[in-house]
Amino acid sequence: MFQAQASRLTKESMGEVDIARNLKWRRMKNFMFSVVGLLTLLFAICTLLALFIDLALTGVPRISAEFFTSFPSRFPEKAGILSAWVGSLAVMVVTAFVAIPIGVAAGIYLEEYAPKNFFTKIIELNIINLAGVPSITFGLMALGLFVYKLKFGQSILTAGMTLGLLVLPIVIVTTREAIRTIPNSIREASYGLGASHWQTIQHHVLPYSSGGILTGVIISLSRAIGETAPLITIGALTFIAFLPTAPVSEVFPYVSFQWLSDAFTVMPIQMFNWVSRPQKEFHVNAAATGTVLLIMTLLMNGVAIFIRYRFRRRMKW
Amino acid sequence: MSELKAFTSANHPTRRWRKIKDRLIETVLLLAACSSVFVTLGIVYILVSESLPFFETVSFKEFLTGREWTPMFAEAKFGIRPLVAGTFMATFIAVCVAIPLGTIVSAYLSEYLKPRAREALKPILELLAAVPSVVYGYFALLFVTPMLQKIMPNLGGFSVLSAGIVMGIMIIPYVSSLSEDAMRSVPAHLREASAALGSTKFQTTLRVVIPSAFSGISSAYVLGISRALGETMVVAIAAGMQPNLTLDPSEPAATITAFIVQVSLGDLPHGSIGYQSIYVAGLTLLVLTLIFNILGMWIKSQIQEKE
Repeated sequence: MFQAQASRLTKESMGEVDIARNLKWRRMKNFMFSVVGLLTLLFAICTLLALFIDLALTGVPRISAEFFTSFPSRFPEKAGILSAWVGSLAVMVVTAFVAIPIGVAAGIYLEEYAPKNFFTKIIELNIINLAGVPSITFGLMALGLFVYKLKFGQSILTAGMTLGLLVLPIVIVTTREAIRTIPNSIREASYGLGASHWQTIQHHVLPYSSGGILTGVIISLSRAIGETAPLITIGALTFIAFLPTAPVSEVFPYVSFQWLSDAFTVMPIQMFNWVSRPQKEFHVNAAATGTVLLIMTLLMNGVAIFIRYRFRRRMKW
Repeated sequence: MSELKAFTSANHPTRRWRKIKDRLIETVLLLAACSSVFVTLGIVYILVSESLPFFETVSFKEFLTGREWTPMFAEAKFGIRPLVAGTFMATFIAVCVAIPLGTIVSAYLSEYLKPRAREALKPILELLAAVPSVVYGYFALLFVTPMLQKIMPNLGGFSVLSAGIVMGIMIIPYVSSLSEDAMRSVPAHLREASAALGSTKFQTTLRVVIPSAFSGISSAYVLGISRALGETMVVAIAAGMQPNLTLDPSEPAATITAFIVQVSLGDLPHGSIGYQSIYVAGLTLLVLTLIFNILGMWIKSQIQEKE
């Protein structure tokens, strides 16, 4: 076979003209691919731009102070996103309280304590698979478990816990990555001074990896704030003209957790509600909500990228 | 001095307390790590236990072979096929967009760009995945559909085509990010060997880098497909929510996820057939995702065996 090839080579390409033509053609293909690659990349980025500009052109003129301080309404020009952004904020607080402690603790365990055995492998595989589970199944699970079995109701608490569990894999994976960048010499130095395992983690591992962990937390919250489907599934309402109970009050006992069991709506659900109406005026409201949502998401991602960049520069082991 | 000596002995109370505390903390951390397993078990348990009563009223045969899905009608029909067909069609269109574009982008980022340009462009590309899916739904319905209508005047306001295309753009970063990682981890000496034989960069990419990274690239594809299967808001907004057994992407159709959203928007009494039907739909979706993931793992192991 090699001989056959070799003889073909001698026959075909020994002529200098052929080699030149072959080389030219191959270089041409190479050049064409670099153009195609660049165009594809530009196409993706331009789509992002088109999406943003389209949304902003329609939505920005609608954004005003009243838009943030009014409840939704039958009249599109009077409607606002007060209950939606307050709801989003409240749900995010619960999400953070669920996802951060559990996620960071799980990350620490898997990096610092876990023995290399079958059980650990199962947990690791499980986390990877959980990240690929469709988000709407988390909503179904929450509807069956939190709403009906544990009787939390279709409340802020249920919503926050659902999203907290949904973004848990992101927090765990980024925490692990952050911890993994800390060289072993730091741990050994700490042990050498007599510190216990936990003291080493508490005083060295965690502080040094806090930048990476924070990045992961922000990314996971930015994912949670745009998540719609699981919250619709647990029965979030699309039309809410009241606010949850205030968490602080002037009378004893000053702090109230009543808001956790209140009904709610969030920004993406409000936007979904408006975009699925036939009237054009409501689409403008949807675009305005989308602009607010998009700016928040992009800001959170920007902050995350910035923190990662800063920490990478500062930490030189 | 004697105090220090006492402290260094293993039985000193401070040391003992420290050991107990360490053990306690380890247990708490272990529980946190197990939480993800509990979540998985919870999902499977709830989905299975809430869908079982469904099969007391509907036979398994009707569920798999029926051609209509109208659980909320007075004369309810329970054939899952229209929903599965809608899901597959939307996923197929999304994959047709995301896999070629994602692979080209990742090859370009990994092989053609200088590290600085790559580091600058990658985060921007990843923003595509950060945009909330409900915003993509708006984009599909009010930007892409009108644009497609200029090319295809017969296209209605809702279509699987436009939802699928937008979904494909949305999952490009999922495909490109993992593929690029896989391509970059191909050892440099393979590229050098290929270059020494006179290959152009394009030939090296096509014949050396992509084949050696294919196991990683295939995981990227599987992740992208899983995303597309489970994506909800884009299809719920732009593809319409009518279950429709068709293979024509320009028609509206409901996916499994869109059906769950549509039913959840209404008032849903616990234990009603509507309530059970969303769990059956959810379980079907989970099983489909699982099959694709297992298929992906199998393909990956086949490739690795060959190597």
